[in-house]
Parts: sequence; structure tokens; C-alpha cells
Amino acid sequence: MSDPDPKTTPLYEEHRRAGAKIIPFGGWLMPVQYTSISDEHHAVRKDVGVFDISHMGQLIATGSNAAEWLNRMLTNNIEKLEVGAGQYTFLLNQRGGIIDDLIVYRTRTEQYLLVVNASRVAEDLAWLQAHILPGVKLENRSDHYAGLAIQGPRVAELFQSLLGDSFELPARNTIREVEFNMMRLAVARTGYTGEDGVEVFFESKYASAFWTTILENGKPLGIRPCGLGARDTLRLEMCYPLNGNDLTPEHNPLEAGLGFFVDLSKPNFTGSEVLAQTKEHGTKRRLAPFRMEGKGPPPRPHYPVYRNGERLGEVNSGTLSPSLGYGIGMAYLPTEHAKVGTALQIEIRGQKFPAVIEKKPLYKKS
Amino acid sequence: MSNVPDDLYYTESHEWVRVEGDRARVGITDHAQAELTDVVYVELPKVGAQAEARGQIAVVESVKAASDIYAPIKGEIVEVNEALSSNPALVNTDPFGEGWIFVLQMNSPEDVKQLRNAAAYRQAIG
Repeated sequence: MSDPDPKTTPLYEEHRRAGAKIIPFGGWLMPVQYTSISDEHHAVRKDVGVFDISHMGQLIATGSNAAEWLNRMLTNNIEKLEVGAGQYTFLLNQRGGIIDDLIVYRTRTEQYLLVVNASRVAEDLAWLQAHILPGVKLENRSDHYAGLAIQGPRVAELFQSLLGDSFELPARNTIREVEFNMMRLAVARTGYTGEDGVEVFFESKYASAFWTTILENGKPLGIRPCGLGARDTLRLEMCYPLNGNDLTPEHNPLEAGLGFFVDLSKPNFTGSEVLAQTKEHGTKRRLAPFRMEGKGPPPRPHYPVYRNGERLGEVNSGTLSPSLGYGIGMAYLPTEHAKVGTALQIEIRGQKFPAVIEKKPLYKKS
Repeated sequence: MSNVPDDLYYTESHEWVRVEGDRARVGITDHAQAELTDVVYVELPKVGAQAEARGQIAVVESVKAASDIYAPIKGEIVEVNEALSSNPALVNTDPFGEGWIFVLQMNSPEDVKQLRNAAAYRQAIG
């Protein structure tokens, strides 16, 4: 992952000041952890944590034809979105392979905000521009917009400490403009952790002030700044896929077990024919969540996966789960071997360790 | 600032060595554990294994990644810290004490003179 010229978010100096360990990620220099991945992980599960998500791409599609066009480009049904609502969806190629997974919000009657993966902005833009319709304007605001994900059971309390006791967060999967200290914030009740939380988008000039305010006000609530390390362990416990690891142009959403976000009943969209066929004939492989059994090292991406001595595939995502205390992961396996309860062996440095396929999510809130 | 005890020898790859007669007790330094954070698994060498100087001999895993541990000097593994199997976090909480990883029977005790002393290691980690 060596990038000759990685980008920095408007919060880069704040991260350094907070003692973050910085790594290259998707063309960006991002904090991977501040104190420890486990501590940050537990803060989000128990209290609240804040993540810099300014590296994520923000695209705006506007115009009388925007809805119809997006409905051809994306898998979920955009007609279901009232103003202020958002949905998880996929951008596919003609073969049904995943270019990107994203959230699209309807921010005005004829305006949509697409929040896309940092490493896919250029590809998404090129693909979308190449297929644009008259009556749609597509704008990339990524370079002058920033974002924070504020996640954890105490997020509502935190916002009430900022905006007053009567303040209510927007409903789940919706977005609302909120003014705070002369800052205009787009607050969305979404996240990538499995906890209650928001993702907040705003102009880059507000980034430092808002970051500092959140950390200051969050202090009595046990807030911690959290890096990509905890973001990965939190999302994997929930079996949320990571683009690049679990989602690639070689995989389609049905194989990833995310058919819920594909509306095959709507008119033709890119990749729909392939997906309709896949649905009819069944997928050849499935992304299976698994846990390690007994004491053993945590699984990591690319470790080989076996069943009864036969090699079935390799680990796509893997880590030690800080909440559960054992190794967890996800792997694409032939569908006939991807059933819950199937015993697997993960090969780690030449030795095979037992694992078992589980239902998702791997972590269930008690 | 990391703790760097004066009575130990150190390697470039952040192992420490405590000379106990013709044996050497080995672990990873306070600096190394702070860099790794959250040690969640230690793959111990086998007693009786022959270790080559700078040869990979154990693995320490954090939440994020697996890191190789190298034998500082040539010798035979005569003891391993089984306590790390159930409590790998000892590497974080007590890197120079309870968090030791293995003991080597040195081929030649003179070999430790090739390693860094505390002052040189302190300088290396800035």
C-alpha cells in the first residue's frame, strides 16, 4: 500500500497531536489507532467514539433526471427514498461485479448525496460520467468536504449536550441539516459499527472546530478518538463488508449475502440481467462468516480455508474480535459448504486451526 | 518515553536479552510492545528447536497484524513462557518480566557482545 503522494484530511494535524499512529489507506494518510484498537473498540460498544471519515468520497447528483439515472446505475430502489432518507446500495459493472458499495441520500427533491469509498472515488466518477444522462449534473465535492462518524450508545446524549435536551437525532437511515455554532452540518443516522450513531458531513473549514468540540463535550461520556483499526474490528463483528477485502468486481452482491439491497423488481439497471440469472440458478459461492474455535491465532486476509482436507478458498476479512475474545472472519466459500455450523480449518503459518461457520452478525448486543 | 533497563542487551528488531549464566532469556522491548499494542496471541517456539541468530523463531500478534520475533543469538530453545498462551497481554503489561517469551541455551555466550547495550538501543529508538 505504498502511495507516492497520499492525501491528508483536514484533521491530519489533530490526529498527530492526539498521538495517532498514521498509515496509508486507500490513497490517504489515516489514523489506524490513537491508544489501542481494543480500547477504542470498547469505547464505541460501551460509550461513544469519533472517527475521521473525511477520506470518504462525497458526490452530488442533481437534476430532473437524477432519480431515474441513479436507479439505472444503482441496485437498490431509489424511488423508495423520501427527501431526507438514505439507503445502502451498490454500483455494479455490466457483469454484476461490484465497483463500489455506498449510501445514497435524497437531500432535496432533485438532489442526491452519494457517500462512496475513499479508494473508489476516481473509478466511480469515471463510470458514472461515462453513463450520465441529459438533465443530470454530477459533482465531486470530496476535496472540500469532511466528515466524522460519531458512534456508540451515548451519541444521543452527546448531541443533546451540544444542541440542548430537546434535540433529537434524525431517524435511522435519514439525514438532516443541523446548524451548530454557525456551522452547517448534515447529520445522518448511519454507521459502520453496529451501534447507534451518526455520520456528519460538513465543509472542510469546520473540521478542526467540530472535531475539538465533539471530543471536549464527549469527555464526560467517555469518548475516544478512534482509528481505522477499531473501525475494522467493529464492522467485522457485525459482518459489514469492506470494499477491497469482501467486495470486488469479481464478486456480486448476492454472493456477498447482500441481496436485500438489490431490487430485481425495478426496471433494468446495470448488472441486473446477470443478477437475475444468478438468483434463478443460485450463487456458486457465498461470503460466510466464521469464528475460530479454541485457542489460536486470529485469522487474517488470504489465509487458506479448508474443509476435510479440501481447500475451499481463502479468508477475505479476519481479525481478533475485541468484544468476543476470539478470532472471527469472512470467506467466500462454495455455496454447498457455506452453511451455518460447517466445520472449517484455517491454515495459519502451515498449521491448521479449527473454525466454524456462524450466522451473521458474529457479535450480538446483549 | 519507553523503559530501557541498563542490565539487558538489545537487537535492532526490538528483542531484549537477559544473560543468565550460559542461557539467555528473551522478550520484546517496552518500545516494541507499545508500537504493537494489544498483543492477543503469541506463537511460542518449541523446546529443543535450534535457533539461528536473526532467524525467525516466534510470532507476536496484535489485533491488527502478526509480527515475527527473531532469535538474538544462536542456540537451543530450552524453555518457553507457557503463561503467554492463556495471557498474551503479559507482553504489554510486563515486557521485561512476566512477558518474557523464551530461554536459549547459547552456543557461545560471547555472542551477546554483538548485540546493542541499553545506551545504543535508547539512541536507536530516539
